Amino acid sequence: MNMISFSQTDNHPLIELKGVTKVYGTGQAAMHALRGIDLRIDEGEFVAVMGPSGSGKSTFLNILACLDTPTGGVYKFKGIEVGKLTRSQRTRLRRFYLGFVFQGYNLLNRTSALENVELPLIYRRISASERHRRSLNALEIVGLKGWESHTPGELSGGQQQRVAIARAIVTEPAVLFADEPTGNLDTARSREIMDLLSALNQNQGITVVMVTHEPEMAAYAKRTVRFLDGLVVSDEENGRTT
Amino acid sequence: MLWNTILLAFREIKRNVMRSVLTILGIVIGVGAVITMVTIGGGATAQVKEQIASMGSNLLMVTPGKRLGPGQSSSAPLFKMSDGEAIAREVSSIAAVAPVSSQSIKAIFGNQNWSTQVTGSDNQYFKVTNRSIRTGRLFSDSELRSGAAVCIIGETVRKKLFGGQEALGANIRLERLSCQVIGVLEAKGQSTMGMDQDDIVVIPLRTYQRRISGNQDVAMLQVSVQQGASTDKAQRDIRLLMRERRHLSPSDDDNFNVMDMKEIAKMLTGTTQLLTALLSAVAAVSLLVGGIGIMNIMLVSVTERTREIGIRLAIGAFEREVLMQFLVEAVVLSSFGGLIGIVLALGGSVWLASVLRVPFVFNAGIVVIAFLFSAAVGVIFGYFPALKAARLDPIEALRYE
Repeated sequence: MNMISFSQTDNHPLIELKGVTKVYGTGQAAMHALRGIDLRIDEGEFVAVMGPSGSGKSTFLNILACLDTPTGGVYKFKGIEVGKLTRSQRTRLRRFYLGFVFQGYNLLNRTSALENVELPLIYRRISASERHRRSLNALEIVGLKGWESHTPGELSGGQQQRVAIARAIVTEPAVLFADEPTGNLDTARSREIMDLLSALNQNQGITVVMVTHEPEMAAYAKRTVRFLDGLVVSDEENGRTT
Repeated sequence: MLWNTILLAFREIKRNVMRSVLTILGIVIGVGAVITMVTIGGGATAQVKEQIASMGSNLLMVTPGKRLGPGQSSSAPLFKMSDGEAIAREVSSIAAVAPVSSQSIKAIFGNQNWSTQVTGSDNQYFKVTNRSIRTGRLFSDSELRSGAAVCIIGETVRKKLFGGQEALGANIRLERLSCQVIGVLEAKGQSTMGMDQDDIVVIPLRTYQRRISGNQDVAMLQVSVQQGASTDKAQRDIRLLMRERRHLSPSDDDNFNVMDMKEIAKMLTGTTQLLTALLSAVAAVSLLVGGIGIMNIMLVSVTERTREIGIRLAIGAFEREVLMQFLVEAVVLSSFGGLIGIVLALGGSVWLASVLRVPFVFNAGIVVIAFLFSAAVGVIFGYFPALKAARLDPIEALRYE
């Protein structure tokens, strides 16, 4: 396993895409999920990705999150061309630089909130006491102090999503990716989660890239990118900066 | 990290206690059976060796039939009484020759009955087998010649038939033969292959031939060689004499067998070892089946935990870390089965050894091998499911319902 060196990458944008395409299948059955995306995201941004289902926004997020690789074009994360990395090199990238929040929370069942948050730190080989301290801190940031020993089954949907966010930020990632983080929540809970993400972006300086189809949630972001049929159709700054 | 993985494995196993127990049952039974078989077999072999050593090195056994392998022999003419007499007469340095025929018969006294080994022989028998009379007397010459209805019984037979009553002078029934007890043998205890040497009734050979077998055959000749004399030479001389008496031409193979104690030991231990090996092989098959059980459950577990695997991969677990997690789980499961199997086997062996009356010989080697084997079963049968888990696509795995 080669260590990925980022020392020479300081001057590169955080995320840079040039002509990125993604094709599933081949020949007649080929499905063009992305048809050529050019985009740049800098550190400290809060980007909402919108679009109807099938517009390619989830594929786009999976590629940004290094879970998937583009079929064509170039995706550079801090100047590193992700498409040329091996699976384990991409895993290393995720492990050290990226955080994830999913629509379905994706917490480990029957495992306490604290242990869920500790999980990425275990893979980072962080000592038990340090893990404990940082996880408690992350849970406090998301407003779940006192809920550490509860399992996902004992928490509400909004609380589960907070645990998932705590798990994503406990590693102090460069970027936080959120795939429809409010998709399973009612409006009040959704607003709480969006306030939390905004606060993380403002106060901790975490770059957030979020997929959503709700305009109200997208309004929390500083910038909105709209997808349609695998292409970016609009990319504009939001007036609001809450 | 490895410690975390092991803790994780224990937690997963604890979550499905019932399933885990059923999964490792095959390993438990396999390891338990292998260790029990080998331990009991080892005990039996040790006992055979010890018994033979105690019988002395100067005993020869002449049996009819060609020696084929451990415990096997082809049919061949049996001996006559005169064969034994000829050996005693013509081979030098012979201490005693006892013609022996025996079969299992139910002995009856009053309303007590006991199935025992009835042996037809003469007074030489006691000399050759190194036994003495505790109470009563040996056969008289006239009893031996005439085939009188008298018997000398072993301690076990006395206890079973007479209990606290006086045995000497009483009449016991052996099938149609009613015979008077004239002596009780000194107790000798267990013998080779767990046979009770005191479970015996000795009657004159002639009586046996007339009243029980109904023919003039002698099944075996037991010969003891004089102290200090060469058993090899006696063995050679007996062989030549028997070839002559059985009219074998130089090109014929022997249709009888003269074995010394070394060969008898080899034959008897060979039989127990063969049996042990066969039973152990059967037991080893159940280890294999146990391994397949583990693979089956691990595959189910991987499918059930697809989402969990997806989460782990997405947040930065390497393939090999997921592989290790499932592999460790399989190995912990199977080793646990191995440990339980070892404990059960040792308990079972001690019990079985006392029931079968063989010594309990602890075999550390087989315990270690069985444990390592059970762990290896976990590695081998856990590898494929673990690989399946590690190779999952995180995107697909996260979508899995």
